[in-house]
Amino acid sequence: MTDTFEPLIIGFTCNWCSYRAADSAGLGRMKYPPNIRLIRLMCSGRLDMAFVLRAFANGADGVLISGCHPGDCHYLEQNYKTQSRFLLMRRLLAQMGIEPQRLKLLWASAAEGAIFAEEVTKMTEEIRALGPLNWKQRMMKDEGHSSAVGSQPTAVTGGAQ
Amino acid sequence: MTERIGVYVCHCGSNIAGMVDVAEVAKWAGEKLASRGVVVARDYKFMCSSTGQEIIQKDIKELGLTRVVVAACSPHLHEPTFRTACERAGLNPYLCEMVSIREQVSWVHTDKAAATEKSKAMIAGGVERVIYNEPLEPLRVPINPNTLVVGGGIAGIQAALEIADQGTHVYLVEREPSIGGHMAQFDKTFPTLDCSACILTPKMVQVGNHPNITLLSYSEVTNVDGYVGNFTVTVKKKARYVNTDLCNGCGLCQEKCPKKVIDTVFEAGLGYRKAIYRPFPQAVPKYPVIDRENCTFFQKGTCKACQKFCPTGAIDFNQKDEYITLQVGNCILATGYDVFDARRISQYGYGRLANVFTSLEFERLSNAAGPTGGKIVLRDGVTVPQTVGIIHCVGSRDKHYNNYCSVICCMQSLKFAHLVKERTGATVYNFYMDMRTAYKDYDEFYQRVLEEGTLFVRGRVAEVTDAARLPGEEGKLIIQVEDTFIGKQRRIPVDMVILSVGLEPRRDAKELGKLFGISCAAAGWFIERHPKLDPVATMTEGIFIAGACQGPKDIPASVAQGAAAAARVVGKIQQKEISIEPIRASIDKERCSACRICNNLCPFKAIRFVEATENEPAYSEVNPALCQGCGTCVAACPSGAIHGTAFSTQQIIAQIDGLTSLKPGGDGHGARVEAEPVPA
Repeated sequence: MTDTFEPLIIGFTCNWCSYRAADSAGLGRMKYPPNIRLIRLMCSGRLDMAFVLRAFANGADGVLISGCHPGDCHYLEQNYKTQSRFLLMRRLLAQMGIEPQRLKLLWASAAEGAIFAEEVTKMTEEIRALGPLNWKQRMMKDEGHSSAVGSQPTAVTGGAQ
Repeated sequence: MTERIGVYVCHCGSNIAGMVDVAEVAKWAGEKLASRGVVVARDYKFMCSSTGQEIIQKDIKELGLTRVVVAACSPHLHEPTFRTACERAGLNPYLCEMVSIREQVSWVHTDKAAATEKSKAMIAGGVERVIYNEPLEPLRVPINPNTLVVGGGIAGIQAALEIADQGTHVYLVEREPSIGGHMAQFDKTFPTLDCSACILTPKMVQVGNHPNITLLSYSEVTNVDGYVGNFTVTVKKKARYVNTDLCNGCGLCQEKCPKKVIDTVFEAGLGYRKAIYRPFPQAVPKYPVIDRENCTFFQKGTCKACQKFCPTGAIDFNQKDEYITLQVGNCILATGYDVFDARRISQYGYGRLANVFTSLEFERLSNAAGPTGGKIVLRDGVTVPQTVGIIHCVGSRDKHYNNYCSVICCMQSLKFAHLVKERTGATVYNFYMDMRTAYKDYDEFYQRVLEEGTLFVRGRVAEVTDAARLPGEEGKLIIQVEDTFIGKQRRIPVDMVILSVGLEPRRDAKELGKLFGISCAAAGWFIERHPKLDPVATMTEGIFIAGACQGPKDIPASVAQGAAAAARVVGKIQQKEISIEPIRASIDKERCSACRICNNLCPFKAIRFVEATENEPAYSEVNPALCQGCGTCVAACPSGAIHGTAFSTQQIIAQIDGLTSLKPGGDGHGARVEAEPVPA
């Protein structure tokens, strides 16, 4: 292994467009860095802010949220709700001492494997440039205790409609 | 830890094993994840093979597995396979979880150590998640045997007839006044030169008379609700201003109507129709419609000639648009195509140079029932052309317009060449890029046209102009082209140019797709479930596609797809009921604070608010029949009162913990980081 920083990125995809974009990147043998690990949801609208915080608390350096293009949502309009949550989350992350750029939103249709691979590559480089997050350690240093994050995910949900 | 988990790592031949050290991954899972409940971890060449499935089944029975994780290809490919295997061994299928280490690891990564490590992390995620999987029972819903077919072209006609013949009811919705589609406009069909109307009209009549078909012409679908087996469809029946119960289709009204209108739809702008009209004599249904925009009575308040002369008193100027509601179990979309607008390629001169025609115009020109009675003449209506140039690939295989091949244009152009030669004896040039005459008897037709003496120039036409430069060019259209076989620019003077325009998705395909919950690919064609193995189904259960709305295709292919879609629908109807994935939200009444945040989040109106009563405080509840399982409400509930099956908060939090338990760039041997316990 080399000394370059290898970021850990957790990606959330919807079942219909973006997970299939990852499938089609695979089918097309399009290459991207191995730093991203995906979680399939039925819809990007299922994305609870607790998931993002849990990922950061567990040591992820970046989180990708990915869904169908606006207007193409399998559930008609739920990705618009994802978008408003995303905007809210970025503001909240800034207040929590996390660079908002560590959270990224990507629309990718089932046919856009190439775009998916390209964007994941780009994001990996961006997060690499930002350096490790080590959020939990940061928080513990700042506040002197460890229970500030990760223990009560459901308490920070919702809000954005 | 009470669960007993089995982990199975697939080699997929060398597809996975070539990039991931599968034996090491299985060994690691068996050792490091033992504390999480993994009691067995194996790798095998092809997990999806019957031997592979038997390994899992044997372990379930002999080792008493309560959870299974299969690390192989995408769950979209083999999730049903492994779930069924578990079910056969007595394990609830939803206790099986797949991890995609082929599409998401071995096929997309190039570093073997990193790929192996990522596979481990993904398996750790799968194991953590599967602990919280719940046994689920698929929902069984009855299937309404009625079917909706949208589009009365040849694909829709075929689909409707196949289903109706088999004994269940079909609603066929067509937006034009008559069914028939583009095929009704054609003169001959390639390669057999069958008369298009002769083979189509009997089928149209069959549709019109079939006891199991309700034909809703001059109608459009405006709303679709529900899900497979139980769709509620709203159809707008546009006012015809003709009472179809009284009209006998005599056509006297058309004769007497004083208002002539250029027919841009059926006659492609070459001919006229009246303000009250039936698009063509063999139209089904036979009833005419009044075109409100052009009717003298509707515009000026006087006339009523049609009403005066109608022998049955069928004209009804007070008719209104009518909305009807249909209950159907399945829908077939066969909405066809639009032709490429040749005006977009200005250098070909369509719309500016009179004697440049589109292929659709030529179809009408050569049609015996068309505006010239089948005489191939120039725009002046009398002059027979001496030389004709046919340009292929207009708007197709061109990065400025459409990248795809429109499939039908080569054969269509050859057909035109043959018809021009046969009827006028003119010299015919074909300007082509590549000759594509695949399928049965097509190339033989090409040979025949070659033997008839049609000339072929290989090259994309640069320009069609009327600016004569050389002797012999005066009064002609000059086709400027590079003949790539001789490597020279040529100027070929002709009397008539036919642009073989490509096929494009319907301009409103996106909106229609949205209505039915299916999507269009980048070019705009509807996306099929699988391009090879499931060409007529879509990602939405109960919605099928047939014909050119899925991609350019000719008549035989459209008919085959219409029949295929019908077979799929009949198969569904015969099952009588269907199981649907039990991915649903439900609200815990006790925890619901009645804040109503979820109420407006659901686009399917599945969440209902129950007002407080004397005995009970207010709460919201989910109707499982309407819930589609997106989970947006689950994520939004501030009380954590909504539970989403198969994608519960616990499952996903656990999966995050598993995925983050191994850091990238580590030694790959997996010093696992224990996360805090998953909250209930």
